Amino acid sequence: MKIFVLVKQVPDTNEVKIDPVTGTLIREGVPSILNPDDANALEEALALKDQYPGTTVDVISMGPPQANYMLRECLALGADNAYLLSSRTFGGADTCATSTTLAAGVKKIGEYDIIFAGRQAIDGDTAQVGPQTAQRLGIPSVSYVQKIREVKDKTVVVERALEDGYEIVEIQRPCVLTAIKELNTPRYMTVRQIEEAYKKDITVWDEFDLKVDPKTVGLIASPTQVHKSFTPPPKGAGEMLHGTPSEMAAALVSKLTEKHVL
Amino acid sequence: MIFSEKHELMRKLVRDFAEKELPNELLDAIDEGAEYPKEVLDKMAKAGFFGIKTPLEYGGQGSDCVSYVIAIEEIARVSAVSAVWMSAPNSLGGGPLMLAGTEAQLQKYLKPVATGKGIMAFGLTEPGAGTDAGGTVTTAVKDGDYYILNGRKTFITTAPIADWSIVYAKTDFSEKAKGRSRGISAFIVDMKLPGVSCGKSEKKMGLKGCPTSDVILEDVRVHKDDLLGEENRGFQNAMKTLDLGRIGVAATSIGVAQGALDEAVKYAKERKQFGRRIADFQAINFMIADMATKLQAAKELTYRAAQLKDLNSPEAGTAASMAKYYASEVCNEIAGKAVQIHGGYGYIAEYKVERMYRDCRVFTIFEGTSQVQQMVIAGNIIGA
Repeated sequence: MKIFVLVKQVPDTNEVKIDPVTGTLIREGVPSILNPDDANALEEALALKDQYPGTTVDVISMGPPQANYMLRECLALGADNAYLLSSRTFGGADTCATSTTLAAGVKKIGEYDIIFAGRQAIDGDTAQVGPQTAQRLGIPSVSYVQKIREVKDKTVVVERALEDGYEIVEIQRPCVLTAIKELNTPRYMTVRQIEEAYKKDITVWDEFDLKVDPKTVGLIASPTQVHKSFTPPPKGAGEMLHGTPSEMAAALVSKLTEKHVL
Repeated sequence: MIFSEKHELMRKLVRDFAEKELPNELLDAIDEGAEYPKEVLDKMAKAGFFGIKTPLEYGGQGSDCVSYVIAIEEIARVSAVSAVWMSAPNSLGGGPLMLAGTEAQLQKYLKPVATGKGIMAFGLTEPGAGTDAGGTVTTAVKDGDYYILNGRKTFITTAPIADWSIVYAKTDFSEKAKGRSRGISAFIVDMKLPGVSCGKSEKKMGLKGCPTSDVILEDVRVHKDDLLGEENRGFQNAMKTLDLGRIGVAATSIGVAQGALDEAVKYAKERKQFGRRIADFQAINFMIADMATKLQAAKELTYRAAQLKDLNSPEAGTAASMAKYYASEVCNEIAGKAVQIHGGYGYIAEYKVERMYRDCRVFTIFEGTSQVQQMVIAGNIIGA
């Protein structure tokens, strides 16, 4: 099998602060990491590689040259090849333009059976790039994949997480599957693979290599305008009541009375 | 030192590993007597931590000494005993083999050591030969295709659970070799051989969770295929092994010191006395400034020693001694101050610094005391 994984380098949002005046992310001094959902996407691809000998896993990212470091990490985790789609022209892209660029990269690499992507990136939380890339490529997609049940000759059977359960979907190959963290636990790099990762070349392609119309990529092709970004006020912690149903009912009534709801 | 991206990635790997696999509750349980979990050792082996510098063809990772130092440092920052488990196969277990092993020996012994499938102990110290390792009295007498070993080794890390041990024993009994470091040979001894036994596990002050005991050899017949290196060249093998071992102890020291400093800073920012954070008192924050500065100096010495080792520099030996000497002393000072900053709480086992303080005490002692390092450094500067 040939598997591609779409990955993104993101600021570690655990470390990010929001500028209270402009409402934008303060990115300076914040470490960059492999987007967590993408780590699950890569892990699933690597697990299939372990299971089906002869499988190759290629990672593809769009981003600035610094994203090289994240791609080396992907190689050190076990990916075979890494591609970075990088150019000034691609800058300022929203999910629409990003998907166009990623799809062009996928087409240039060639044949594939499955494309994995993370559900969403922690710096934007849009969850759009995976499905949109599938649309550009004219292939089906399943998002929120929590389990791969079976890889068949021409299809893949997966569990798609819903709010209150999951559905089982059989999807034609090639396809795009987007991963959630429930799908697996990402492995560790190994010392040997870190060594090997720095002996490999990372292929870098710009708009000329991809032969894309510059009007279809980057800021110019991005209809999304950010109106305002803000940190939502934190939700208060909930409280669990314990005991028999009547004890819990009594506790609830006294709480509501205390707060003058009743 | 400014690290390459590759070494930064190495640090990320080990830091992630330590954070996820070595939670506090586990470390407390180990310190209180629980066995070190095999699952953690298996995961370390899988990540390649047991053969960082070992060549690929012997199951190793083919990396370098700087990577080794980073790995040990990051593990030790969280757990000193875990760093001992990790350094053992890399240095004292694998080291003598890498220096002198034949192809057959490397395949048979180094491969399992580097992949975590077997444990090799390092039997040099004896009850009467510690710092004066040349004073070894364990003997190996040739008898046909075999050597017959007799003697007692002491303070041998991992001995009770080891599959094999390197044993240094006297083979030249001539007048010229008497009382000298000459005439010692290295052997690979299978711990299951008749006549091999272990003493009881020592009750140590710290580094609990990695057993240490005596190894007793009574008429143990070791085949000549298990002679490691040339006969009578064992002392050189032990000393060269300890060169790398010293860098490992230096790396463990800077790791534990960093862990202690982190805890001290955290506590100083939380603890309030006289209506202020104690970090706001100059008495405390000057202490922290000293700790951080000395730690950085120790780090630079340690990284430099590793770099020189990677370059096969003739200065690597002295650099390793300087790093081991300074880093282990400074680690003790920093751990002591971290306890001081914690006040009474620092004396209580619930606080991490209490364990760190006990764990690091041996760093100025094992693999060459501070005084031996001073002898080596002075000897190399002044000359014979």
